[in-house]
Amino acid sequence: MFAFVATRLLQAIPVLLVVGLISFALFAYVGDPVSIILGQDHTEAQRLELIRQLGLDRPFFIQFARYLWTALHGEFGISYRLAQPVSRLIGERAPATLELAVTAMALAIAIGIPMGVYTGIHRDTWFSRLFMAVSLIGVSLPVFLVGILLILIFSVSLDWLPSFGRGTVVPIGSWWTTGFATWSGLRALILPAITLGLFQMTLILRLVRAEMLEVLRTDYIRFARARGLPNRTIHFGHALKNTLVPVITIIGLQFGGLVAFSLVTETVFQWPGMGLLLVQSVAVADIPVMSAYLLLISLVYLTINLAVDLLYYAVDPRLRVSRRGH
Amino acid sequence: MAPPDRAAAEPRGVPVLSGTGTGARGFLGSDFVHGFRHSPVAVVSALIALVLILAGVFAPWLAPHDPTNLASLSLLDSFKPPWPSADSDWFNPLGTDSQGRDVLSAIMFGMRISLLVGFCSVAIAVVLGIVAGLAAGYLGGAADTILMRIADVQLTFPAILTALMINGIVGAALPQTMREQMQIPVIIVSIGISLWPGIARTVRGSTMVERNKEYVLAARVIGVPARRIMISHVLPNVIGPVLVLATLGLGLAILTEATLSFLGVGLPPTRPSLGTLIRYGNDFLFSGQWWVTIFPGAALVLMVLSINLLGDWLRDALNPRLR
Repeated sequence: MFAFVATRLLQAIPVLLVVGLISFALFAYVGDPVSIILGQDHTEAQRLELIRQLGLDRPFFIQFARYLWTALHGEFGISYRLAQPVSRLIGERAPATLELAVTAMALAIAIGIPMGVYTGIHRDTWFSRLFMAVSLIGVSLPVFLVGILLILIFSVSLDWLPSFGRGTVVPIGSWWTTGFATWSGLRALILPAITLGLFQMTLILRLVRAEMLEVLRTDYIRFARARGLPNRTIHFGHALKNTLVPVITIIGLQFGGLVAFSLVTETVFQWPGMGLLLVQSVAVADIPVMSAYLLLISLVYLTINLAVDLLYYAVDPRLRVSRRGH
Repeated sequence: MAPPDRAAAEPRGVPVLSGTGTGARGFLGSDFVHGFRHSPVAVVSALIALVLILAGVFAPWLAPHDPTNLASLSLLDSFKPPWPSADSDWFNPLGTDSQGRDVLSAIMFGMRISLLVGFCSVAIAVVLGIVAGLAAGYLGGAADTILMRIADVQLTFPAILTALMINGIVGAALPQTMREQMQIPVIIVSIGISLWPGIARTVRGSTMVERNKEYVLAARVIGVPARRIMISHVLPNVIGPVLVLATLGLGLAILTEATLSFLGVGLPPTRPSLGTLIRYGNDFLFSGQWWVTIFPGAALVLMVLSINLLGDWLRDALNPRLR
């Protein structure tokens, strides 16, 4: 177990270094930071002084090492667009994105798994067919169109729910703000969370259904029935448990996708999160924000991949046995 | 020698092109065409895709109005609702936008650009994927390790994020004056790069199977150079799955371009694609002019859905295990 975690961590380091290199190359060479900071009016002496201050006259690898070192301390430079430290900008927006992603995923799991089990067991009822048809639409609609349609129905026509922003947020501790604590915050969360979670929900539903159909055909389920076990035990105790490995993989990998796709949802709903920040930064070529986002998101992805691998261990005893056999 | 277990060696869900016969007569009489004609989903989605593609390609000749011709626009015509409604007329069946532009014509011209970007970026992805996959699978060793490592790293990120980043970086690196005119090539290349790893992996998988077969060995023995073996012997045998991935990739590429344009980081407003139209129409949602955004959206969904259904059908049809 320890050896496994250690190998995975060691494998992650070169990936992070490469992403760090790309992110540094962006930061240092694209868009010429010196002329951006100084503007049009400056003397040659000022320019050389700034180059010395920024350390741009040092050898490449020293600059790279310094960049990584400051990044490890959470410093990613100053945003060109907003003239504020990138770390603070991202820190302020991270809670919004994480709350949105977690809510969307919780929604997707809470609906997707039970519906997947239901449609897997009773696959010919009209309710199952309806759900499969709805899920086909969910897979095919682009995220931003789902958002637009929801706004059109629930904000413009029915005027039930707000169409933009986070509502009233309450600070927790020094830097976290939550929308879970107020009524308007919760109301503002509904439409974005459905938009972001719909695709994941249909994915989970279809996957659980396919796996259930497969598992229910196997011999051990037939033997369990022959032993006279109640349906509930067979469906949930025996069948569902064995569908969980691929489901956990997808949920884990999709959580990373959620954080990335939140940039579309956040743009539609003007949700003040990291995704909206990235889109606004890309539009005006705000390189420090882009390079910091690149580093952060790869860190998130690597962490998620590792967590998924560890969960396999918890769920599938076969993996533990085969490891021990070596 | 026992035939190698093809099914087991291949990645899951990847079909092999086989049994499609040779020549035009063989092709028309094949299982493939028979299966196509007996699958309503395939026929309907192929028809829809064909109609939409033709409408896009021939937009300059077919569209009722020319949305790029500013002289023909009149603000008096703005926000006409779609047919059938009291204020609508026959000239603008899907209504007009804030500047009196015909929505139907705008969609046809937008489709043209979406398709252009889609086809070109898939072409780039296919070329990159085949070259990398063949090299990695046939040569093995260091080429394999390096190429597949890059693909692995890239596959951990969603394609949309890769395309967004490349698009943003190249945009920042280009001088201001060139940005506007380079936007279409830049977005094509970014989407193309974001799609290659999937194709490369599949090609690599099938190439590794083909590499050990007798015909490749025979070619090697008589001294055919490696490049020639890869291109004229191995490639025709691994191209089937690529066809499926390219079809599904076309849907994904069109969707990615629409998403980027919707986010405002895609194509310039002077060359509006479907995504740009949806973004633009989004501003009028609250004032009740829903048709400016919903119709381009519906066109996009119809396009992507029909391409995806066609791709799904193709995957099943080319998969010998499902026969």
